[in-house]
Amino acid sequence: MSEAAAHEAIKKTIESNDVVLFMKGTAQFPQCGFSAQVAQILLHLGVPFQDVNVLEDQDLREGIKTYTNWPTIPQLYVKGEFIGGADIVREMFQAGELHTLIHDKGIPHSNHG
Amino acid sequence: MPMDPREIESLIKAKFPDATVEIQDLAGDGDHFAARVVTSAFKGKSRVQQHQMVYDALGGRMGGVLHALALTTQSPPD
Repeated sequence: MSEAAAHEAIKKTIESNDVVLFMKGTAQFPQCGFSAQVAQILLHLGVPFQDVNVLEDQDLREGIKTYTNWPTIPQLYVKGEFIGGADIVREMFQAGELHTLIHDKGIPHSNHG
Repeated sequence: MPMDPREIESLIKAKFPDATVEIQDLAGDGDHFAARVVTSAFKGKSRVQQHQMVYDALGGRMGGVLHALALTTQSPPD
């Protein structure tokens, strides 16, 4: 897969899923502490999300960094918009901003607390 | 490969001369750092943009030689 093809695949994924987490490993079996943390936050909020394991595809792993102009993984997308990496997601979660964002974007979630 | 925290600080300060930079070596292994960066250059920028500006200042080291840098960014109070 070329970089252009990887970018096309990424675009398709974030356009067809409300919440996408590009991560190392899967939501069930994260393979990096930062990825695990963000998956945990989404699970806590009860937000359904599509996990994409970048370790399964080297082109995707590099492609997501250039697509977003963001050098690290995990990367969280909501409604096609890049929200942030682990630091930003944690900061937003602690400030209650992530819940507000999910709510404002009209994404169903089970934890309203 | 470990990175000297003073190098991280000087790279950031080279890009943002007015910046306050605090760096912590989280694990004492020269590989896991936390940085807090405060500069007026962040005014009016989103968190994502602020982090991208710091990554730019680090010139591609982030995600490479610099494996883990927990980043907190802020613009100074008026």
